[in-house]
Amino acid sequence: MEKEKVVEVQRLHAAFDDTVVLSDVSFSAYEGEITVILGGSGSGKTTILKHLLALYPVKRGNVFVLGNDITRLRETELTELYLKMGVFYQSGALLNSLTVAENVALPLSQHADLPKELVEEIVYMKLGLVNMSHAFHLYPSQLSGGMLKRVALARAIVMDPPILFCDEPGAGLDPVSLESLDRLILNLKNKLGMSIILVTHELTSILRVATRVVFLDQGVVVFEGTLEDALDNDHPVVGEFFSVMKNENMRKLLQ
Amino acid sequence: MNSKRINTDICSGNDLVVRLEGDTLVMRGDLLLGEASAFVNAFSRHFRSVPAHQLRIDLNGLKNIDSAGVMALYYTKKKLKENGVEAELEGGSASVLDKIRLFYPEEEMSVVLPRRQGFLEQTGARVREFFGLFMMEFLLLASNLFYWGFADLFRPSVRRRGDVVTQATLIGVNAAGIVVFLSFVIGFVIALHSAGQLRPFGANIFIVDLVVFSIMSQMGPLLAAILVAGRSGSAIAAEIGTMKVTAELDAIQTMGLHPIRFLLVPKLYACMLTMPFLIVFANVAGITGGALAANIYLDITPEIFINRMRDIMMMKDLYTALVKSQVYAGIIVLTGSFYGLRVLRGAEDVGRMTTIAVVVSITLVILADSVLGVIFY
Repeated sequence: MEKEKVVEVQRLHAAFDDTVVLSDVSFSAYEGEITVILGGSGSGKTTILKHLLALYPVKRGNVFVLGNDITRLRETELTELYLKMGVFYQSGALLNSLTVAENVALPLSQHADLPKELVEEIVYMKLGLVNMSHAFHLYPSQLSGGMLKRVALARAIVMDPPILFCDEPGAGLDPVSLESLDRLILNLKNKLGMSIILVTHELTSILRVATRVVFLDQGVVVFEGTLEDALDNDHPVVGEFFSVMKNENMRKLLQ
Repeated sequence: MNSKRINTDICSGNDLVVRLEGDTLVMRGDLLLGEASAFVNAFSRHFRSVPAHQLRIDLNGLKNIDSAGVMALYYTKKKLKENGVEAELEGGSASVLDKIRLFYPEEEMSVVLPRRQGFLEQTGARVREFFGLFMMEFLLLASNLFYWGFADLFRPSVRRRGDVVTQATLIGVNAAGIVVFLSFVIGFVIALHSAGQLRPFGANIFIVDLVVFSIMSQMGPLLAAILVAGRSGSAIAAEIGTMKVTAELDAIQTMGLHPIRFLLVPKLYACMLTMPFLIVFANVAGITGGALAANIYLDITPEIFINRMRDIMMMKDLYTALVKSQVYAGIIVLTGSFYGLRVLRGAEDVGRMTTIAVVVSITLVILADSVLGVIFY
């Protein structure tokens, strides 16, 4: 049975002034999979993500998220769509004036009519999933980078969204924290059936979690397919990125 | 067990139907976030009326559940227990049980809220913080800033080349236009309102005394200082605060540079250098505004105005203005830097501290003006 598309980008074009950032980008992401958008710095990864989140207006091309053409949505429809999307920002983007618990509770308390005590318990449980329940009453400024990211992940999944967007979640994390974050992301896919769009260029993360890979180079998709196909692809840029995997010993080690 | 079977509809929406059948709570449909709130809110009205001490929650009819749904079951069980009813979950499809296993808390959850301090405790803590930390830090920064300001006076190598000039442009030169304009308007308005009071007594000529004295000794220096505090004091606080948040201050320190000598002392020099000029500009513009109003409303020609002004102006006014300018400059740079350095938590803190810096520096400038006014009277 063919999987349903959760994201579909058709011939997306984006430019800032005269600089073309994305040129005829097309790709799809499927239900229950982790789709990794990867590429070097300045390849347009974050620009794509911002288009998927309707943070940048789509000027040319089409972007469908959960079957909705985001260019045609009214504000209320877009807000409804946002409730089905979890977003995990690179910096965590927690509100500094709120405690960890208030940050995670924010979407719940704004969009669901639940007793305060139950909201607190849900938040406590979600923080427990990311091993951060001890930080319940702390402020973001009291947390380390890795902790901030775990709290940000708890906030992104607090509404149990069917689709989760992650912008470079591993950036700046040590290998142990990165592995635990990857395990969390894998759990979200395996246990909750969440569809995940991951923007990253952390090779070890990609090898651990990716189902599909969309490889960008200078605003153009140079490869789209499964991780296994990506590893054997002979496109020069893709090949260079995965060159470490050509070494049999390294491949075994990483796998 | 209760022999009498009572059936109650707890909740019957489109997606979730919950029915209390004797000692069993039967759930059918989806228990997702939207339904969880309806279920919890509806069932909370029935906690006390559950007829049995043992309640079975039958999950066989549940099709879907999410984390909010699982937590709603946990919450319901907890609330029932508080009302003397032991509830047990029963049945459920494999996918529902998977979610329950994933999200259901293993042990009883107790979200402990931090203890709130009493009024006296809070007041005591604030007083201690104000004198023990806040004032100490303020005095420490003041002593550092003025010490290095004095010590580095003839050591330009510790600063970036041209930094004092750049800062003087930002803090003083760019503020000149607004200082001149507002002083002119205020001088004009003072003369305008005084004219009406002096004319009936035939004391027209004393408009010169009034304008010159009020502008030279009070309004000119104060207005210049308030405008610089609002304009440049906030900019200093925001700049230092942002640099602290983005770890630029740490970077400066670890590059072997002294943040106070490298960043703050040039600002102090710039402010001290430009403030006397701003005060002179403010005085000239204010008196010009007053002279114009005197000419229009009391027919005092510029020649008469200037001649009278020569008689009443004293060199002391100028010295006083010079001393005031240095005190105000010190207050503005010190307060802006102090609140900039107190920023801890990102963008919101920068905005908050900038506002406080402006309010405190204007207050301190006015207080200093009063003290200096008494000293130089």
